[in-house]
Amino acid sequence: MTMSVLDSKIPEGPLADKWTKYKNEIELVSPANKRNIDIIVVGTGLAGASAAASLAELGYNVKTFCFQDSPRRAHSIAAQGGINAAKNYQGDGDSTYRLFYDTVKGGDYRAREANVYRLAEVSANIIDQCVAQGVPFARDYGGQLDNRSFGGVLVSRTFYAKGQTGQQLLLGAYSAMNRQINRGKIKSYNRHEMLDLVLVDGKARGIIARDLVTGALERHSAHAVVIASGGYGNVFFLSTNAMGSNVTAAWKTHKRGAYFANPCFTQIHPTCIPVSGDHQSKLTLMSESLRNDGRIWVPAKLEDAQAIREGRLKPTDLAEEDRDYFLERRYPAFGNLVPRDVASRAAKERCDEGFGINKTGEAVYLDFSSAIMRYGKEKSLVMGIKEADQATIRRLGEEVVEAKYGNLFQMYEKIVDQNPYKTPMMIYPAVHYTMGGLWVDYNLQTTIPGCYAAGEANFSEHGANRLGASALMQGLADGYFVLPYTIGDYLSKDIRTGKISTDLPEFEAAEQAVRAQMEALVNANGTHPVDYYHKKLGKIMWNKCGMARNEQGLKEAIEEIAALREDFYKNVKIPGTTNGKNQELEKALRVADFLELGELFAKDALSRNESCGGHFREEFQTEEGEALRDDENFRFVSAWEYKGAPKDAVLHQEELIYENIKVKARSYK
Amino acid sequence: MKLTLNIWRQQDASSKGQFVTYSIDDISPDMSFLEMLDVLNNKLILQGQEPVEFDHDCREGICGSCSLQINGEPHGPDRLVTTCQLHMRMFKDGDTIDIEPFRAKAFPVIKDLIVDRSAFDRVQQAGGYVSVNTSGNTTDANAILVPKHDADDAFSAAACIGCGACVAACKNASAMLFTSAKVSQYALLPQGKVEATTRVLNMVKQMDLEGFGNCTNTGACEIECPKGISLENIARMNREYLSASLQG
Repeated sequence: MTMSVLDSKIPEGPLADKWTKYKNEIELVSPANKRNIDIIVVGTGLAGASAAASLAELGYNVKTFCFQDSPRRAHSIAAQGGINAAKNYQGDGDSTYRLFYDTVKGGDYRAREANVYRLAEVSANIIDQCVAQGVPFARDYGGQLDNRSFGGVLVSRTFYAKGQTGQQLLLGAYSAMNRQINRGKIKSYNRHEMLDLVLVDGKARGIIARDLVTGALERHSAHAVVIASGGYGNVFFLSTNAMGSNVTAAWKTHKRGAYFANPCFTQIHPTCIPVSGDHQSKLTLMSESLRNDGRIWVPAKLEDAQAIREGRLKPTDLAEEDRDYFLERRYPAFGNLVPRDVASRAAKERCDEGFGINKTGEAVYLDFSSAIMRYGKEKSLVMGIKEADQATIRRLGEEVVEAKYGNLFQMYEKIVDQNPYKTPMMIYPAVHYTMGGLWVDYNLQTTIPGCYAAGEANFSEHGANRLGASALMQGLADGYFVLPYTIGDYLSKDIRTGKISTDLPEFEAAEQAVRAQMEALVNANGTHPVDYYHKKLGKIMWNKCGMARNEQGLKEAIEEIAALREDFYKNVKIPGTTNGKNQELEKALRVADFLELGELFAKDALSRNESCGGHFREEFQTEEGEALRDDENFRFVSAWEYKGAPKDAVLHQEELIYENIKVKARSYK
Repeated sequence: MKLTLNIWRQQDASSKGQFVTYSIDDISPDMSFLEMLDVLNNKLILQGQEPVEFDHDCREGICGSCSLQINGEPHGPDRLVTTCQLHMRMFKDGDTIDIEPFRAKAFPVIKDLIVDRSAFDRVQQAGGYVSVNTSGNTTDANAILVPKHDADDAFSAAACIGCGACVAACKNASAMLFTSAKVSQYALLPQGKVEATTRVLNMVKQMDLEGFGNCTNTGACEIECPKGISLENIARMNREYLSASLQG
């Protein structure tokens, strides 16, 4: 273990003044010079699209890359519940400091103070910006913006657009991109995948991308490269990520010298639709916003759980006293709105003890009946119906719940074929988000000069556990408000460089390496399709690097993944050639990188001898089964340097210093 | 379940395509339609054949990637769902299913079931935005009140996922529902009113340039739309267009 010190470049001065002072002191680039500077943005989700639009608007020449057929389809589109901002419109005690505090505490004291404070500081501006762009947020009857609550906080600071907030925010950022495309300031390369980063004299100067329609490899040069390609949850095969979500852009950047931070910090989201069979290709999230009104429970008696599993008993038949609302029981202060890691572990604990309620024994209930009756009663009173009967109250209540969560209920019914207004939803935790990612400093620059990482692709703001509705906030903060300043400071030294030639030997070498990897995969002509390997990898990850981890399992995982990777290159079967559209080849290139990342993930989890946030090591827990942090030995960011194989990766530590918040045991009781 | 599938196979944009028939069994009613195709593709790969290519990504009905004309209907027989959310319980054991790409002049086939929908992006680029600086300082979000009813209607229009089912459902391959959804979203909000005139003129002009057909009010688009985008949007766009033309 190397104890080198990473320079996070946090500005001097009091926490609340750092960002303002920083902005006042950075170097600027004149409008005339911006016209001669090129920037590549990889990924067009919230972070990438907002960065591309803002940088183009400032005057830089921007190229965007996405593997989807349109920037609008990036997976930010699927975010449901909302976006946090410290507006304090509700007057319930919110402030920049409180959002900062909640985020650091929610991340189990493994995030960098200065970055989190900046995020909280710019959060309010994001809402102003999105409203100005015409994002149709939910409003109350007075015409003002509405809010709701998310897990791990005691205020209502979440702005939303039904259960489609990510969609509306992404379409807002996409519209801002479109404005710049129309002006000729952004050129968008869709159905393109970045397959390598090109360094010239140690600086990021371009990428190798593959046109997924023609199969051709292309060289693109720039003065800076932004990696905004999202997270790596698909290393588990089954996750709530889109089928195409992948780690390739980030991983190739890592292999070119960028450190990869905290790969084992993964978020397992408590409320997803349970796995139904081996054919399953992905998992579907049911928004955390549902925990505003849904109560989570399992039967209190083992025999009742068994009867339900065998179809002899219905959940609606169970009396109130025979139900165990285990989150309300264990965490009375936060109840059903504890953070995601806490809620997920509690559900797993009940299911492991035999209280699971579906055929596989891996599901708990999310029940809306109390909320339906409560809302129905209120609405009947507002409507002037005195002493309404139960059926009327239920009908009115269902209408209120439908207005709030209609699209989610419809999605649930289409997938599970059960009506969640009449019987409780069945849910179980699933992989959803990755807090780890490319290590970045305060400027969001990786350890490669000129290479930046934004949104889920970087590691910085969420520590070991992300709070709900904070991913959208971070993606847009990075893109709209942080990168436009920090990249300018870097590029101010590049105004005399001129256009970067793609004929440089570095581009030639990178392109040849990509070509060789593709040929090797296609020529393997083995016996197993790509999915065979991806599913095997996913099983290892879920069983040994999932919600609970231990030393022995992690050691096994490291060996098993390395062996699987070797087998993959020998025995994978990819029909077709490297020319033209070939979706199996696209998948293979992504899985090849997951097979390397997975091993580093396990190595990282093995090296962190503590439990914190989403990283739960069975050896390190309190008597009550809560995560047991070790601040004396592990209050640092693990940043891994690539050295040829995941097993040889070298650990660098960034010590986390808390000057504005008291580090203590995280409690939601 | 055992099924017979007639699937459109086409090597690339310049090749001639044709239907190819496949038999498949061991299909569970709990599978999604795309998971059924995954099973077929796995089988084809093991037999040394090229799998059927189709667009898909989020598989939860929101990204708009998936398409497919299934037994003549965009996104298949169920209502208010995309193909990825269509489940095999909508079919019967022994059924024959025809699977084609979305058909429209403005959506050329790329390969098999994949079509090029970049015309939609270009329609948006022509005016589907509010010209506001993204990194600047704007006014407080609550400074301009928006009646809840308008905000809700704007949201309903903005829920369009850009999948192209409206075009594929229309006998004229018209993109009126798609274009009018974006025009409506901004027409209903104070932030969008400033540029309303140029927006509708430019977006409609681009829509025509892309080769989409005219609207003859059959309403097939509304029925097949997986997000329930209403025909009212087309009426609103026509009003906006007329008023803009008079001003212009």
